[in-house]
Amino acid sequence: MKLIFALAEITARDRPRIGGKGYALAEMQRKGMRIPDAACISADAYREFLASTELKDRIRMELYRKPFEEMRWEEIWDVSLRIRNMFARTPMPGELRARLLRGLEPRFRKAPVSVRSSAPGEDSARSSFAGLHESFVNIHGMESVLEHVRLVWASLWSDRALLYRKELKLDPETSAMAVVVQKMVAGGRSGVVFGRSPVHNKQTIVEAVHGLNQGFVDGTIEPDRWILDRKTGRILEHSPARRGKYVAPGRRGVSLKTLPRALRERPPIDGREVGEVYRLALAAESLFGCPQDVEWTYRRKILHTLQARPITTPPSSGDGRSWYLSLHRSLENLKSLRRKIEEAHIPGMEKESLQLGRIDLSGLSDAALAREIRRRREIYDRWRQVYWDDCIPFAHGMRLFGRIYNDLMKPQDPFQFMALLGGAPMISTQRNRMLGGLAALIRKDPAGRACILAGKADQCSPTVLRECDRILDRFSDLVGEKGSPGRDRSRILNIALRMAELPEKSAQSQNPAVLRRRFLSRFGPGRKKYALELLDLARASYRLRDDDNIYLGKIESRLFAAVKEGSRRIRARSRSSGKTGRGDALKKAVLLESSLTATDRRRTGRTEGGGFSLKSRQIVGQPAGAGVAMGRARVIVHPSDLYNFQRGEILVCDAIDPGMTFIVPLAAAVVERRGGMLIHGAIIAREYGLPCVTGVPDAALRIKTGDFITVDGHLGIVTVGEAILPDS
Amino acid sequence: MSQDLPEIRNDLKKLLRTQPLAVLSTQQDGQPYASLVAFACSDDLARLYFATIRSTRKFANIMKDSRVAMLIDSRSNAPADFQQATAVTATGKTAEVAPEERNGILALYLAKHPYLESFAQSPTCALCEVRVRTYFVCTRFQNVVEVHIK
Repeated sequence: MKLIFALAEITARDRPRIGGKGYALAEMQRKGMRIPDAACISADAYREFLASTELKDRIRMELYRKPFEEMRWEEIWDVSLRIRNMFARTPMPGELRARLLRGLEPRFRKAPVSVRSSAPGEDSARSSFAGLHESFVNIHGMESVLEHVRLVWASLWSDRALLYRKELKLDPETSAMAVVVQKMVAGGRSGVVFGRSPVHNKQTIVEAVHGLNQGFVDGTIEPDRWILDRKTGRILEHSPARRGKYVAPGRRGVSLKTLPRALRERPPIDGREVGEVYRLALAAESLFGCPQDVEWTYRRKILHTLQARPITTPPSSGDGRSWYLSLHRSLENLKSLRRKIEEAHIPGMEKESLQLGRIDLSGLSDAALAREIRRRREIYDRWRQVYWDDCIPFAHGMRLFGRIYNDLMKPQDPFQFMALLGGAPMISTQRNRMLGGLAALIRKDPAGRACILAGKADQCSPTVLRECDRILDRFSDLVGEKGSPGRDRSRILNIALRMAELPEKSAQSQNPAVLRRRFLSRFGPGRKKYALELLDLARASYRLRDDDNIYLGKIESRLFAAVKEGSRRIRARSRSSGKTGRGDALKKAVLLESSLTATDRRRTGRTEGGGFSLKSRQIVGQPAGAGVAMGRARVIVHPSDLYNFQRGEILVCDAIDPGMTFIVPLAAAVVERRGGMLIHGAIIAREYGLPCVTGVPDAALRIKTGDFITVDGHLGIVTVGEAILPDS
Repeated sequence: MSQDLPEIRNDLKKLLRTQPLAVLSTQQDGQPYASLVAFACSDDLARLYFATIRSTRKFANIMKDSRVAMLIDSRSNAPADFQQATAVTATGKTAEVAPEERNGILALYLAKHPYLESFAQSPTCALCEVRVRTYFVCTRFQNVVEVHIK
C-alpha cells in the first residue's frame, strides 16, 4: 500500500486517506498557485503504526476507562496527555520507518520542513474547524520529522478534538490521521485571510504579522488587521497592531524576537499586497466553491500559500466548549496573565477581604445589614468572574510546561513534570506549617492536651493560645463560619491535637532537583533563559492554582458571615415575637442567599427497592497521587464535618476547597469527585505524598463516613468494603 | 451500567436472559473447581437454575458444600471487552430443585434451552437452583457494584 503521495499524484479518490489539508494543497498546486513543495503521509501509515504497535487497544483503554459524560474537561486534558505520551514513547516500527524514510528523504534531504495535521473528514464543512489538531514548523532532520509525525498523529486525540468527539465521530476503531510534510518557507511577513468574515458576510478579513505566522496563531502577537469589502476588495478599515515582537525560525522550532525599531512603524504588508492577499482568497474560493481561510507568507516580494480550508467555526451550542478552546495560551500571553493576577487580582482580593473584615456586622441596623449582604454578594460575584476569566486560564501554564517537558524528556509517567512544580511556598502549606507548629507545642504540653481533651481549650497555656489566635487571625476562614471565640479556638486546638499524635511530617516532593537539572540540560546556552522562564511560569501557575482559591474563599467567607448574622437576627426575632417579619429587606436578602448557596442534593438514583439493595464496591476515577492506603472514610459534606476528622481517615469529598486542605496532613489518602491531575486536591495530596484518586463519580454519595475503603492511587480505583466475602 | 437500581436491575435481567452459559464455581476440601453450565433465571432474579448429571464432580461438590459462585458475562473475547462487556458474579447457595417445583422450573429452563430437553429430563440429571445472595456487577473492566438480594 502506498504511504507517501507527492502533491501531483493526489486525485479526488485519495482524499479520504490524504485528508482535507493535503487535498487542498494538491488542488491549489494543480491550478498553478504558488505552494511550497510537499508530500502527504496517508492515513494508512497511522493505521499501520497502530496495528503494529498495539497502540489502538491502549488508546481504547485510556479513552473509555470512564464514560466521557462523567469526565470534566480537566480529565479530558489528562487523557489526551497520556495518549500523547504513548505516541511519543512508541518508536516507529522498523519496516514502517524504512518506508516513510524512502518516500521523504529524497524529496526533502536536509531542508527544514513543517509537519502538519490533515485529518480525513476535516474537509466536511461541519468538522473542519481550526485548532483541534497540531502542526509543527521548522523541523530539521528526518529523525525529528518522524518524531513530529507521531505527535501529529497523537493530536487526533487532543483534548480539543475529544471535546468535539461527537461532531468528529472520533472512534479508535475507525479514526485516522494523515500528515502533510511541507518544505519550510521562512517568510518575513505572514498572515491569514478569511475570504468571508466570520461575523459579517459582506466583508473579507486580512490579518498580518512580521515574521512567521505561528506568533499570532497562538495569540502571542497581535496582528495588523484589514477589513475589506468582499465584493470589490476595497479596504474599509485598517487596525494597526502594537508591533513589538516577531516569530522567527530558530535552530529548532521557532523563537520570539524583538522587532527592529524601523519595522515597528511599518505595517507588515502595504496596500498593494493586501489586494494580492485578497485575490488569493478569491482564487481559493473559486477553486473550492466556498469561502476559505488561507494561510500565506511573503518571502521577499513573493506570496506563498501555505494552506487553505473552508471557513467554519466550532458549533456554538452554548456549552462553553469554545471557552475551553480559548484556554490554550502562549507563553507570552500567560506571562501577562501572571502579572495581572499577582499584581492586581491577588492584592485586590486580599484588600477586599480585609476591608470587609473591618466592618462590625453586629453594629449595623437590619436595613444596613441587608444592604451589606447584597453588596458582599456583588463583590464576591465580581471576583468570581475575575477568577473564571483570568485565574482558571492561567492554570494552562502548567499544561504548557507539561507538554514541552514531555516532548523533550519522554518520561514514563506523563505527569512527572509536576515534581518540578511542587515545593513552592503555597498558602495552604504555610497554613499547615503553622498548624504543625501548634501541634509541636501541644506535643510538649501534657497539661494543655488534657485541657483540650476535657473540652476546656481556653485553659491551655498562654503560649499555646497565642499561637492558636495567631492562626485564627491570619486564616479566619479556617473555622468556616465564624463562631464564638471559644468554639473557634477549640476547633483549631482539636485539629492540632490530632496532628500532634502524628510523627512530624511535612510537605514533600520527589527528587525535583535531579529532574530539574536533567530538563534544563536539554537546552543549549541560547535557550536556557527560555527554559527557566517557562519553568518559573509553570511553578507560578501551580502555586496560584491553590492560592487564588484561598483568597477567593476569604471573600466568600465574608459573605457567609453577613448572611449568618442576618439569619441569627431573623431567628431571634421569630423567637421573641413568634413572627418572622415576612417581606422585610433583611429576610429577603438572607433568603436569596440561601437559595444561591443551597447545596446540590441531587441523588444519582434509587439504591433500594423491590427486594434489592445496591452498593458500590469498586469505583474508577483518575490516578492523581501514587500509593495505596486503607482506612475509614470521612465524607465531608458540611464544613463542620472537618472538625470530626480523625488521624488516618481517608478524606472523601465532592471537591476539595481551600477551607479543607488543612486537614490533609491528618489524612491517609484523598478521594474527590471532581476529576483531574492538576486540581487542588491532587496538588495538595502530591505535596504531602498521599495516595489520591480524583474524578470518582458521586464519591460523597456512594461512600459513607465509616466505610472501610482502599484507595489505589496507582490505578485510580477506590474499593469500598473488606475483601472477605460475607457467608452466603 | 448506571448507578440507578432500577436501571441496573433491567441491565442485569437482560444479561441473564440473553446469555446461555455461565461458569459455575464449586469447591471440595479447598480445591476450587469451575464448570461451564447452561443456565436460566427466575423472573425476580433471585434464583438461577442449571442442570447437571449426578455423577459429575460439580454435583459431588455441591452435595458437600452448597456455597457456589456463578459467572455470567457478555464478552466477545476481544480487547473491546474491557470497555463493552459486563461480567456478573452471583454468589449463593445451591440445592436440587424440590420435586413439587420441578415441572414448573423445568419448563422455564427448557424454554431457554429447548435443545437440552432429553438431557434435562433424563433420570440421571439433577435440576439445581442457586439462591442468589449477591450479584457483583462489573462493567468497563473495573467498575463494580453489588446488588444484594434481601
